[in-house]
Amino acid sequence: MAITSIFIANRGEIAVRVIRAARELGLRTVQAVSAADGDMLAARLADATALVGPAHATKSYLNKEAVVRAALESGCDAVHPGYGFLSENADFAEMVEAAGLVFIGPKPETIRQMGDKARARQQAQAAGVPTVPGTEGVVADLDTARVEAARIGYPVMIKAAAGGGGRGIRVARDEAELTTLFPQASGEARAAFGDGGLYLERFIGRARHIEVQVLGDGERAVHLFERECSLQRRRQKVWEEAPAACLTNEQRIALCLSAVRLAERVSYRGAGTLEYLFDDATGEFFFIEMNTRIQVEHPVTEMVTGVDLVRAMIRVAMGEKLALRQQDIVLRGHAVEARICAEDPAADFRPSPGTVTGLTLPGGFGVRFDTLLYAGYTVPPFYDSLLGKLIAHDDSRAAAIVRLDRALGELVVEGLPTTAPLHRALAADPAVQAGTVHTRWLEEWLAAAPLAVPLAAAPLAASASPTLVTPA
Amino acid sequence: MAKTIQAPLPGTFYRAAAPGEPAFKSEGDAVAVGDTIGLIEVMKSFTPVVAEEAGRLLAFHVENEDAVMAGQPLYDLDA
Repeated sequence: MAITSIFIANRGEIAVRVIRAARELGLRTVQAVSAADGDMLAARLADATALVGPAHATKSYLNKEAVVRAALESGCDAVHPGYGFLSENADFAEMVEAAGLVFIGPKPETIRQMGDKARARQQAQAAGVPTVPGTEGVVADLDTARVEAARIGYPVMIKAAAGGGGRGIRVARDEAELTTLFPQASGEARAAFGDGGLYLERFIGRARHIEVQVLGDGERAVHLFERECSLQRRRQKVWEEAPAACLTNEQRIALCLSAVRLAERVSYRGAGTLEYLFDDATGEFFFIEMNTRIQVEHPVTEMVTGVDLVRAMIRVAMGEKLALRQQDIVLRGHAVEARICAEDPAADFRPSPGTVTGLTLPGGFGVRFDTLLYAGYTVPPFYDSLLGKLIAHDDSRAAAIVRLDRALGELVVEGLPTTAPLHRALAADPAVQAGTVHTRWLEEWLAAAPLAVPLAAAPLAASASPTLVTPA
Repeated sequence: MAKTIQAPLPGTFYRAAAPGEPAFKSEGDAVAVGDTIGLIEVMKSFTPVVAEEAGRLLAFHVENEDAVMAGQPLYDLDA
């Protein structure tokens, strides 16, 4: 379907990113704005803006009816949902299509299917994609648990079927522990949740977060290799890379081809990401979930493949078939991304909205800064703290980290604290440089060596190497 | 004597811990030092608004889920 004009149903840096891609395709852009966002960068760059509601996101960017109405009234024929907000809301995608607009993303049914963890797991298994080994349902009794645990492999997690959010989870390292813990866990689950049902799942102590970028046109899919996003704080990614340096080439190929199998099985359309846990100890990878949208960290993939993912997803939405063949997509070098947030790393990451009184942007060869910042902008307190993503690309991982650190040194945001000092400390850390990290590494590192007050002001040499023993 | 308490932070003001939960305080309620009056959400992190003075809550200046700026009048207290 022909598209002439895109409604951007998002805000912040990703809205800027979409406007740029649309403009290069010769398309008009209309930017959704809440009452608090009239002066954001995307609103300034777009051809027009449309008010979708008050500051509170549930009344504006999450208000499906208001967004669809604004898209229609502003004469748009397509909607780009960005990430977060309504981007993985199947009902919204359906409303967009029912209004005669193009939804730039997968079919609503795909969003619904892959958004349901159990259904996504079934699809993965049917496509021959490994999932975390576990019982398919509740375990009847201890004898069954012993048999199942032996099949799954120790250590195993004992999870309450009625639990959630990490509650009611125990780890058994061997059969003796299972024998002790299983009855305890069942009793506790009955007391806490009124349901003593338990299931078992392989416990992966030192997992890396690895994800594969895919693009599909509804029939054929390709992968654009993988990213590693193990450095996380409170389940939020902080630093991302492409490719994942820990993988052998054989592992990489097996991982990426598994993602293509699953994407083609669900007739995936647009840009998507399959998330996996990678067990360093065994070299196994397990599919956990699919994100049916463009992701925050997509630029690292763009830098190492040279493929403009946002442009590609718009083209597929216009009804074009994928122009890329798998053999055309090659890895070149390494890219690292630091999420620059309006948070104070020296004060337990306290959110820090406010006015940018001065701004010096980094630049130079191999440096990209996707940001919502401009001098004089007031960062509102109502939304996510992400200010921008600083990306460095170079021939090797080591060189990319040096380049990232150089660029971080050039970035000056006056008027509010940012997480840039955290990233300089990470760039200087031996474990980060060696790549010996896992998904809990950053929180352990912060707990062992909190970013002291002098860090914000101190040069890199003085802030380097917090006194932490590198995890084996 | 009535006095106006200002918002300590900019963000979104909530009068209850979650949608559907009872409000922390209603107009006319007694307020003790340390009582939670509401929450302010700043960039997805929630900070309680805690009473530093006792009295009777006369009126809110801000509705549930409204945007507030730091220093904006939040509620009136008969101290």
